[in-house]
Amino acid sequence: MMKLLRHHLFWPLMALVVLLVVNSVANENFARLTFRNGHVYGALVDIIRQSAPLMLVALGMTLVIATRGIDLSVGAIMAVSGAVAMTILHDSDHPAAMSTVLVAIVVALAVSLVLGVWNGLLVSVLGIQPIVATLVLMLAGRGVALLITGGRITTVVSAPYKFVASGYISFVPFAFLIGLVAIVVVGLLERRTALGVLTEAVGINPEASRLAGVRSRGIVWGAYTASGLLAGIAGVIYASNTMAADSNSAGYLIELYAILAVVLGGTSLMGGKFSIAGTVIGVFIVQTLDSTILFLGVPSAKSPVFFAGVVILVVLVQSPRVHRWFGSMVRAIRGGRLAPTKGAKEVAA
Amino acid sequence: MTTTTQAIVKPGSTAKATMSSFVTRHATWLPTFAAIAILVVLLVGAQVRFGNFLTPGNMSALLLDNASVIVLAAGTTFVILTAGIDLSVGSVMAFTGIFGAKLMSDGVPTAIAIPIMFACGAAIGLLIGVLVQYFNVQPFIASLAGLFLGRGLAFVVSLNSIRVENKEIGWLQSTRIGLGDWYITPTGIIAILVVVIGALVLQYTRFGRTIYAVGGSESSARLMGLRVSRTKILAYVISGFCGGLAGLLLTAYSGSSAYPRAGIGTELDVIAAVVIGGTLLTGGRGYVVGSLIGVLVLGCINTIISFMGAEQSWNRIIVGALLLLFIVLQRAIVSRSSRTG
Repeated sequence: MMKLLRHHLFWPLMALVVLLVVNSVANENFARLTFRNGHVYGALVDIIRQSAPLMLVALGMTLVIATRGIDLSVGAIMAVSGAVAMTILHDSDHPAAMSTVLVAIVVALAVSLVLGVWNGLLVSVLGIQPIVATLVLMLAGRGVALLITGGRITTVVSAPYKFVASGYISFVPFAFLIGLVAIVVVGLLERRTALGVLTEAVGINPEASRLAGVRSRGIVWGAYTASGLLAGIAGVIYASNTMAADSNSAGYLIELYAILAVVLGGTSLMGGKFSIAGTVIGVFIVQTLDSTILFLGVPSAKSPVFFAGVVILVVLVQSPRVHRWFGSMVRAIRGGRLAPTKGAKEVAA
Repeated sequence: MTTTTQAIVKPGSTAKATMSSFVTRHATWLPTFAAIAILVVLLVGAQVRFGNFLTPGNMSALLLDNASVIVLAAGTTFVILTAGIDLSVGSVMAFTGIFGAKLMSDGVPTAIAIPIMFACGAAIGLLIGVLVQYFNVQPFIASLAGLFLGRGLAFVVSLNSIRVENKEIGWLQSTRIGLGDWYITPTGIIAILVVVIGALVLQYTRFGRTIYAVGGSESSARLMGLRVSRTKILAYVISGFCGGLAGLLLTAYSGSSAYPRAGIGTELDVIAAVVIGGTLLTGGRGYVVGSLIGVLVLGCINTIISFMGAEQSWNRIIVGALLLLFIVLQRAIVSRSSRTG
């Protein structure tokens, strides 16, 4: 039992279950799944389908945070990627042709990759603080996206491109499949090779891992590149969802929600140990919280207060001081039996 | 280098030596000087290009249009100097603005409503500070919670703009104290006062010097017996208080109306302004005056772009490029001083 309580995924999973139960109790339609024309419809399916962009961005963010960094530019990269794809489709003669769609997506992803490389260059080679380095692109990126679309909201009609966000393969949403593939690829790369361990080493102590022979520069650079590419895929999905390149609202605030999802999943912003499974759960928590607010009938404009409450609650649960309080409470209940205490690490930070 | 120039005494070399000793002595001011230089270049360049840019009216407007952002930047400078960050300022400004307007439209006297606005801002700052200091929450996440909280509370107060009828609020913006074509309103005076007080506090008080010490090295400051916890929390409280004051200024500026959606994204402009003004995000180095310059640089770019009639998209790209220029410059300075020091 204690072992289960101590597992790093216990509390995130608990939060998700509580949210789902609250939703099901508050609104009986929440858990209902309906079959129509061979597709499954329902609130749960919507959560899974809509979570794809946040899932991709949060996966990249997990890698970046593991290296002790942060990527604020993901929303802007989404906007650029969507703008590139939609503009190519808009300017082509056959926007509905499969080849045009493929070209549009490949070019959009290539541009996102370059933007990720740029972030990585600033952080790993020039040694600029991640938060400022990515702030540059966060500020400038949406301007670039607006330039690409000429300041308009470009809309396109293209069935194959629309399939990316709205299509189903048998009964699974295609967007969710993309997210699933990304989870599997990142998971395999990080956990079935030494890459994950090396990433954690760089995050825990960059200098020591460099002295130990880890090529920290390449690993940090790679993390930002991956984050850029994943944000690019998210941008393609977002644009496909609305079939419009809206440079101002594409990926708006997604960097904050992605960081929130990563932190909710138990990965510390201090870098080092990261959990991909935790991030996946964190994304579902954020996405469910979004629907919860909808299902409980709270005006969506007031949802930030809920988010603030949840964030404060979660960071308090993770805080060492609260752990000590709980520890002393548990000891008091057990009748003063001594348990190993967790030492304060305030000065070390 | 210096010894060779001093050995061969030439009339020109003493000036050079004076210059180099000036540079080493004021190394921490260099990024701020660079910001001032950029501002001058922008102003002169715009004057050459448009011919009617450096007018007293235009320059007065540059200060008054940015009064609330100047106050926010001054407050955030305190937090950034302690190596923290405050993302909440924009939404704190929106919340205190709309809350104050709500109170005043409900008939609460101005003299009570305004202190309540300040107290609300300071309270959110205190919450962030306590989370950061006592619960070891990263400043980014703690102030992110503050961002959501402020924005959410603003929407809870009202989803629509609220108009304030009080004469005092109107007076803040409509009174024009003029000197020739130059003019300033009470909002502009408040903004300048905040910068002056902020600069004096940082430069000459025990609290101000402790801020620099904490930002330079928190563990050293702790070992020296400085009151690290109190100082850090107070920095966030000051930032929150400035958010409340900016809420008041913004309400006055937008024609005595408060909007719950005010200041979305302002926190990034503020951080960009503080960085451009020469304050290091790693803490310990920077000046409130620099942040004022940073805000004016951003404001100047905005004005120039509206003069050119160019698309707003260029604005963001230029701001991003400028930010990049400054952080690379700072990076060079830091790596140089750490090599010599």
